[in-house]
Amino acid sequence: MITLRLFALILISMLGLSSANAVEPNEILKDPALEQRARALSQDLRCVVCQNQSIDDSNADLARDLRVVVRARLTAGDTDKQVMDFVVARYGEFVLLKPPVNARTSLLWGGPALVLLFGAIGLVLWFRRRGSATAEGLSADEEKRLAALMDDNTPSGETDK
Amino acid sequence: MTAKLRLSYYLPVIIVLLLAAIFWSYLGEIKDGKSIQDLPSALIDKPAPVFKLPGIETTDKGFDSAVLKGKVTLVNVWASWCAPCRIEHPRMMQLAREGVAIYGINYKDTPEAAKGFLAELGNPYKTVGADRTGKVSIDWGVYGYPETFVIDPKGRIRYRHVGPIMAQDLTDKIRPLIKALSK
Repeated sequence: MITLRLFALILISMLGLSSANAVEPNEILKDPALEQRARALSQDLRCVVCQNQSIDDSNADLARDLRVVVRARLTAGDTDKQVMDFVVARYGEFVLLKPPVNARTSLLWGGPALVLLFGAIGLVLWFRRRGSATAEGLSADEEKRLAALMDDNTPSGETDK
Repeated sequence: MTAKLRLSYYLPVIIVLLLAAIFWSYLGEIKDGKSIQDLPSALIDKPAPVFKLPGIETTDKGFDSAVLKGKVTLVNVWASWCAPCRIEHPRMMQLAREGVAIYGINYKDTPEAAKGFLAELGNPYKTVGADRTGKVSIDWGVYGYPETFVIDPKGRIRYRHVGPIMAQDLTDKIRPLIKALSK
């Protein structure tokens, strides 16, 4: 029981580790409000070296430099938008982990809705076709066969036994 | 009814062919030496950043961005600790011999190591600016080393090359571009 608890404790502490950020103590700003803004911005900025991590998570050298730049801009009095624009001007929209909605990204953002729409159209067409097929009813030949089967009064399940 | 049925039969085939075409085009790009990791520069056709960097040693002439005007220039970001820079270096020497004005940004290096690199392999640069903090490199949008920028006579960035410039890059891209921009 104790070992199980210990194991759970280790697992839980590892959970905390995996979400740990890469911000080093000497980077942290004295003003907690500014630091929080810096953290929020860093989480939305892609580390262009590792490409699928934010600069807040990445230990890469360039990520560290960018974190420092973000903090320096904030300390100098930049708004959040000014900081983001500063980085985008240098590294392009690719650094934004959440791409902006504009003409170039319309397919990206509209894609899921488009797929859903096509799916819905497909479903409607499919059900319609199935509906019309049953509504057509039986042909004269089929009616005749059905009548013949109904006349034959043997319960089908029992004859096989 | 049969027309609709036919479409639904062929649709998967059409989708597969479409995807094949897309993948094929990506494959072609990879064969051409492009990588998905090569990011387009946000600075293409924009003026080069304005900065003033000190030289590798305090007695050296630094790199002032004001020199990037009047003729086609190359800006090469390098470091002595960067192995691909070492691989690329002979091409830089070659371009310098051909009369191309190359300016260096020495990224996060120590003066001794940077000087040692140039003493060993030759110095192709008109001047070198030492970017010890990496701030100027961020202004250039640099994310991998080496990186090379081609600047037109008006001081605008026209091309960026990420990674070492190889002989084929010289003949396919760098030399033709310098020639075209020099006109």
